[in-house]
Amino acid sequence: MNTDIQEIISKTGTERNRLLPVMQEVISRNNYLSETAMRDIAKAFDISAAEVYGVATFYSFIDVSRLGRNVIRICKTISCDLKGKTDIINAIEKHLRIKLGETTPDQKFTFLQTNCIGWCHQSPAMIINDKVYTELTPEKAIVALEEWE
Amino acid sequence: MQDKVHITINSKEFDVDKDLTILDAARINGINIPTLCHHADLGIAGNCRMCLVDISGSHLLQPACATVVTEGVEIQTNTRRVRQTRKELISLLMSEHDTNCLRCPKNGNCELQDLAAEYGVDGNDYIQLSADYTIDISSPAIIKDDSKCIRCQRCVRTCEELQGVNALAVVNKGGELRISTFLDKPLHYVVCTNCGQCVNRCPTGALTEKNYVADVWNAIDDPSKHVVVQTAPAVRIALGESLGYPAGERVTGKMVSALRGLGFDKVFDTNFTADLTIMEEGTELLMRLKHALTGEGKSHGALPQFSSCSPGWIKYLEHEYPDLLNHLSTCKSPQQMFGTLAKTYYADIAGIDPADITVVSIMPCTAKKFEAQRPEMTDSGFRDVDYVLTTRELGHMIKEAGIDFDSLEDSSCDSLLGAHTGAAVLFGATGGVMEAALRTAWEIVTGREIPFTNLDVTPVRGMAGVKSAAIKIENALPAWSFLEGVELKVAVAHGLANVKTVLQLMKKGEADYHFIEFMACPGGCLGGGGQPIRTTPEIRQSRMDAVYAEDNALPIRKSHLNPEVLHIYKDFLGEPCGEKSHHLLHTSYTARGKY
Amino acid sequence: MDNRKINDIEKYKKRVHLMFSELDIKAALREINALAPELIITELITSGLRGRGGAGFPTGKKWEMVSEAEGTEKYIVCNADEGEPGTFKDREILQKQAAKVLLGMTACSKAVGARKGFIYLRGEYSYMRKDLSAQIEAFHKLLNDFKIDFSIELRMGSGAYVCGEETSLLESLEGRRGEARNKPPYPVTEGFMGKPTVVNNVETLVYAVYIILEGTDSFIQMGTKSSRGAKVFCVSGDTPVPGIYELELGMKLSDFVDLFGDDDTKAVQVGGVSGYCVPRKNFSKTIIGFEGVPTGGSMMLFNSSRSMYNVLHDYLEFFSEESCGQCTPCRIGCQQLLKGIEQVKRGTKHSSYLDNLREIAETMSIASKCGLGQSVAHPFISTTDYFKEEIIY
Repeated sequence: MNTDIQEIISKTGTERNRLLPVMQEVISRNNYLSETAMRDIAKAFDISAAEVYGVATFYSFIDVSRLGRNVIRICKTISCDLKGKTDIINAIEKHLRIKLGETTPDQKFTFLQTNCIGWCHQSPAMIINDKVYTELTPEKAIVALEEWE
Repeated sequence: MQDKVHITINSKEFDVDKDLTILDAARINGINIPTLCHHADLGIAGNCRMCLVDISGSHLLQPACATVVTEGVEIQTNTRRVRQTRKELISLLMSEHDTNCLRCPKNGNCELQDLAAEYGVDGNDYIQLSADYTIDISSPAIIKDDSKCIRCQRCVRTCEELQGVNALAVVNKGGELRISTFLDKPLHYVVCTNCGQCVNRCPTGALTEKNYVADVWNAIDDPSKHVVVQTAPAVRIALGESLGYPAGERVTGKMVSALRGLGFDKVFDTNFTADLTIMEEGTELLMRLKHALTGEGKSHGALPQFSSCSPGWIKYLEHEYPDLLNHLSTCKSPQQMFGTLAKTYYADIAGIDPADITVVSIMPCTAKKFEAQRPEMTDSGFRDVDYVLTTRELGHMIKEAGIDFDSLEDSSCDSLLGAHTGAAVLFGATGGVMEAALRTAWEIVTGREIPFTNLDVTPVRGMAGVKSAAIKIENALPAWSFLEGVELKVAVAHGLANVKTVLQLMKKGEADYHFIEFMACPGGCLGGGGQPIRTTPEIRQSRMDAVYAEDNALPIRKSHLNPEVLHIYKDFLGEPCGEKSHHLLHTSYTARGKY
Repeated sequence: MDNRKINDIEKYKKRVHLMFSELDIKAALREINALAPELIITELITSGLRGRGGAGFPTGKKWEMVSEAEGTEKYIVCNADEGEPGTFKDREILQKQAAKVLLGMTACSKAVGARKGFIYLRGEYSYMRKDLSAQIEAFHKLLNDFKIDFSIELRMGSGAYVCGEETSLLESLEGRRGEARNKPPYPVTEGFMGKPTVVNNVETLVYAVYIILEGTDSFIQMGTKSSRGAKVFCVSGDTPVPGIYELELGMKLSDFVDLFGDDDTKAVQVGGVSGYCVPRKNFSKTIIGFEGVPTGGSMMLFNSSRSMYNVLHDYLEFFSEESCGQCTPCRIGCQQLLKGIEQVKRGTKHSSYLDNLREIAETMSIASKCGLGQSVAHPFISTTDYFKEEIIY
């Protein structure tokens, strides 16, 4: 078993209600749940791998395919849409030379959309990893990207 | 009256048990409420919403399947908004569904199609939400076609609740929600046991067996092929359902006539090899006992010995508990013993080149399709069993051939591989292998008949998920003196969820049995994944009653007295578990990944 | 920000400052700890406090039901899965007044006899995790000082709007897909792990603290008969003063628009995407509250530059993605509504097809398993009612 998962589980235990916390911890370390990670989690929780996969795919922030080192999630919901998220998306796509849903070839960024992130009064907004950027302009968005390695 | 509540359905008053759902309360009183996700064998989902009814005081419609009756509740199952809602729901389901029904294997036996017909919905009301679904044909047993799926999750609940396998899961959410496997891998590459219980419960054509009828017709129509057929014990007590008979009707004689009518060159019987299995597996058990108790002889595997007839169960063990594979009897299943013997023993006597023989099995089972294709199943020098059809597929062939089944005369199987005893018939029901084995082993060890009235070993009969029995051996024959005073402990489990329970007990050291019969399917083969759809506890009980009636009606009811079995040992095999048997009738297993 | 507007808002007679006021947490805990459970419940029932998450179930009644439920193992769950678009108050409350929320949970635990509580915080707010955990830890020390047998665990969501629905939240908390349960049974009798559970919104818990400490009188004086007290409103969209404002319930929407609008407001979406679209002509006859149009806090303003087709399209895309997908009407209905308005707009479906779509929406409202599917009809029917032309042409 993956040592990361062993370590995580040693803290959380393997009661079924700990499944999400374990997945979240793996995500916070690796950005996504690999096939091996899901098998290991299934084994530890004594549930089927399909079940782990089923739970994982329910949640937008639990990815089961490899993401870049940094994950940009730009809010696409109503307030951010009204306030110009499309311009921000265009600027980021142009800057990173990738489309929404894609990862840069150097694995530095994955660019995703997400539903409302709760900053409607300071829209448009996005999250990079777990940092929020609000009242974005195309320029501010590009500056934000430069913070990340 | 404390356990009853007073309710009103459609202005009629009823007193019903207080813990009933509205659905059950209505059905008991002759009021039909349509359902899709509900199934008598499964937990409540409440997700298809077909069973919505009007309840006094509620603006929302309530699902009858998930709502328990309460004192004084007024229920209406036929208001305008209930009818319109149902109609709307069917329309919505149709908009998500590939409505090319004529190309669907479930055409004519589809619960969604039935409802669409009842409610006059043609599937053209809304925008077709077509997605590019791929059809998963990876498995030799089961086809999964997501374009036919209505997301009722019966299959997921079956795989979890009845089978404890969880090969299928609900994945994604919203419009993307699907029923899938681990990482959407093809069925053949995951822990699926091919048991087909999901196929039995799928209301539409999303899960069906892989159909080999065309291949069988090709073989029959090929003059260079000598096509022999075998039918499993559980087929004869269920085939009638495919042809309009009530559940539990025994159609053995007509079935044999029908098979001849279809053009099979020889009609044999898997029951013959079921009797043979008892000889081999019983002997193997006695050898394991002897080695365990006296240290004599060579080890033939660990105790408890596990039965090995059910290919779903075998694949389950290979995936989930590969460390226990040495408990499995090395006996091939009756289907595979038959295939090997048809292309060796029978070919020899009949003077036919085994290369020209096609062996067809009619099985109550989808996993048998997989079993026949296991790479090790070629001991005859050829693929031992060429094609496996389910009971359902045989029903289709009979209809397709225009055979008027009802007017057929009874006939009997051909000889050499056709004679059978009542004990063999028992293989069709949970506990049957155990009962047949006990009838024979007891007599070998003691020289007397097993001490149960009419040979009915009642402790291993019935639908309880796990059954057990203990019989103390007294006055053993001299050759078996080491068994004197031993309490022979046996257990029976059917449905993989129950199987799992027993295996977990065993792992904890709390299952000190000598022999355990495991069957993948609820009820045993009579509830197999290849049996006529639909399945309910009542239908399976009727089939079980038929199995015991069939056993009771046969003149010989102990495997070791089957004349053709005695004959084959004398002429061909030598002795049970002897060298030739070992080569032709026994097999080995493969540890598989758990995920 | 428009200072004149801000000034007007601050002077507005229904503007209050309860939520973010200072509170001596230790003294408050001492006071709460000394109260009899029955008294807490009676106070809450008398106050008329209703859940602030949107559904508006009477809070005191909920606590009473759990206190009376059989069994000794009971749970408190603070619903901080604030996913309704246009809502961001719970984040602000937890960032600024977390201790009050913890206090509310403790009061609830005392009232119902629970020893364990959870805060279910949406995954989108993961940056708050560290600080909130530290506050919980500090609060645990305080509980320990008072020998109160209650502990709170922070659990995170992972991006699923539907988990704001209480039974979906419980499923998620139990480590499963956040799919709504059949109700009944309700969480008050069978909640987390099948045990009686109070699920309360963040804001509700703070108002409960206010009522318990200050008594019911001042709370009852605010708001209206069916909407007692105040509420934290989240103002966004076409407004010069976006942000968070605590106001008494029961105000007229026209007053609201006067305060927060940009003089060109053509519609307000009250209650987030699952709420109602109110057009200008109805502003003066619409009361914000349970007797009129209720809201969990979200107030989104749209001015005349906005296409209501785009607005509705946004909502429907949101629902199609965020529906859990388990039940037929919601899973398929959301997709049909979305594709339906697209085709009407493109002209590949006749405008009368909107009537068919309304039938779907109405079916969803009475046939869906949970509040998500049941409420899609609110924005769909109100928006297509008042802005039919914009949807079609």
